[in-house]
Amino acid sequence: MSKKLVKAIADMREEEALKLVKEMVESGSDPMAILDFAREAMAIVGQRYDEGTYFLPELMLAGEMLNQITDIVKPKLTKVPEVERRGKVLIGTVEGDIHDIGKNIVSFMLDVNGFDVLDLGVDVAPQKFVEAIGDFQPQVVGLSGFLTLSFDAMKEAVEAIKAAGLRDGVKIMIGGGQVDDKIQEYAGADAYGKDAMAGVSLAQKWLGVK
Amino acid sequence: MEKQLSPDEKLEALWQGVLSPKDPQGNDLQFQSPEAEANYKARITRIKDTIQLKEPDRVPVTILPSMFPYLNAGITVEEAMYDYDKCTAAFKEFILEFEPDMHIGASVAGPGKFYEILDYKLYAWPGHGVAPEHSYQCLEGEYMKADEYDALIQDPSNFWRSVYMPRIFGALEGFKMLNPLTTILEMYGLAIFLLQYGLPPVQAAYKALLEAGDEALKWIGAMGGSDGELATLGYPTLLGGFTKAPFDVIGDTLRGTKGIMLDIFRQPDKLLAAMEAITPIMIGMGVGAAQQTGHPLIFMPLHKGADGFLSDEQFKKFYWPTFRQVMMGLISEGCIPFPALEGHWDSRLKVIQDVPKGKTAWMVDQSDMVKAKGTLGKNACLIGNVSSSMLNLGTPQEVRDYAKKLIDTVGKGGGFIMSNGAFFDQAKPENVKAMVDTAKEYGVYK
Repeated sequence: MSKKLVKAIADMREEEALKLVKEMVESGSDPMAILDFAREAMAIVGQRYDEGTYFLPELMLAGEMLNQITDIVKPKLTKVPEVERRGKVLIGTVEGDIHDIGKNIVSFMLDVNGFDVLDLGVDVAPQKFVEAIGDFQPQVVGLSGFLTLSFDAMKEAVEAIKAAGLRDGVKIMIGGGQVDDKIQEYAGADAYGKDAMAGVSLAQKWLGVK
Repeated sequence: MEKQLSPDEKLEALWQGVLSPKDPQGNDLQFQSPEAEANYKARITRIKDTIQLKEPDRVPVTILPSMFPYLNAGITVEEAMYDYDKCTAAFKEFILEFEPDMHIGASVAGPGKFYEILDYKLYAWPGHGVAPEHSYQCLEGEYMKADEYDALIQDPSNFWRSVYMPRIFGALEGFKMLNPLTTILEMYGLAIFLLQYGLPPVQAAYKALLEAGDEALKWIGAMGGSDGELATLGYPTLLGGFTKAPFDVIGDTLRGTKGIMLDIFRQPDKLLAAMEAITPIMIGMGVGAAQQTGHPLIFMPLHKGADGFLSDEQFKKFYWPTFRQVMMGLISEGCIPFPALEGHWDSRLKVIQDVPKGKTAWMVDQSDMVKAKGTLGKNACLIGNVSSSMLNLGTPQEVRDYAKKLIDTVGKGGGFIMSNGAFFDQAKPENVKAMVDTAKEYGVYK
């Protein structure tokens, strides 16, 4: 059953996956184990995205399946599942910009790759990044932006982090529609990512994963 | 019986129309000098030859900005949206400073008050969710629910008016109450089907719409005046209007990105049927705009077909067929589809190169221009692709070097218009100037 569930999720058979989960819950399977299978499937999805066989439709459906499975399993959980995380990434779209699709994909991919992600949303002021670094203590900060105005906003966020004395404690990556090495240098970031997987690779590299 | 014009004859008629422009009274446009008239015609001919993949006298150059003209003139986006005179003055300053061969008009900012009257909820704009100096931005959402495909497929216009419009315009809530217009058949029943027009919410909606219409007219007067004045100075616009690829129509502002991506798995047949239902409507939108303005280029901003959004298979099944149908429909009515490949489209080039030769012009953002030339560029004019990053943060020398490289590779034999690759708000003016000057100085065909 468990292998069937992992395969159904990973192969995008939503109805079958949900049916299996319901059957497993009804027959008294360990809810924590079900969540582990779902996570195992997410890792396969992430891998297929990385390989270029899966794209946004698969990522979005995988995310939906995970949410639905969590909803089914949740009432049966006796404790909050603890997942071993590989590190913390703080992420947000910079001030003035409200684009979030790219950022959400990066968040999702970081999450399925085992990172603890705090997503501050869109139009995030520099000071908010600073405060969140203090509270959340991430090792990596991801700044997202789609518009040309975001070049300056990224620079301002990096400068605010520097001014707060927090720059040395974090690696900063940037990403978004027009971002390239020139903008990385201008913003004072450590690296830029061309796509979601590049963001994951950067975080892995910086945290010494794999 | 009147002779039906062929697509080529229809297009040629549009070209002849822009080559012999009229003033608002219908008389021949009076140019401000013989030189302006000669420039105007030379610029159009240059663009026309380039789109038709003939070698013109030199590489044409255009600038396709978002809010740059206003910000560069020292006014905010908010001012450009609310003060039409300031908006057109800034745009004129922009054109006279950079002197492109073609422009897209001052209308990018749009009429702020008009959106306010309608309580437009689909976008944030200065004073309504973004700062005065920032561009408007779309607020993505599910403005069409997952279970509404049948309603859309059966009667798209009614769906738009009675379901979609009340969701995106706060002032048009009353439209929810209206019956489909197709209920109007015969004398019996007529008053029952139309009685909603007497109800206060519907009347309030129509009052708002009338007021918005007044504002739109005021604004379009200013925009038209600006285009006309720039024409008298020798600077043509060829932009007739815009339409969209059906996948983006549904994915951008109806179902949203997540919604349409899930529909690919959960209800693919309905998604395909909906795109087929709106394909003729999108053709009609572009053709109608070209006929109204007399300008042949129909802009098509392309979003969710870019690399990374869909697999090749999904692209070929869901994105390309109806997108191509819209282009073919436009071409058969004498229009020139002007799609913008926003982001990267390298993996799509071999598919999208299947267009009739010399009938389309594509704005290219970050795709590899040399690869694009070898594929799509064999059949279509390419426009681009100096990056926002370079225009913002580069030096004039870097811009010149890149522009020269474009001319040497993509410009070979014609079929290339120098331009920025993505719509931009901020840039160093000296970099924009370097791009324009390189086309003019280095882009001469010998």
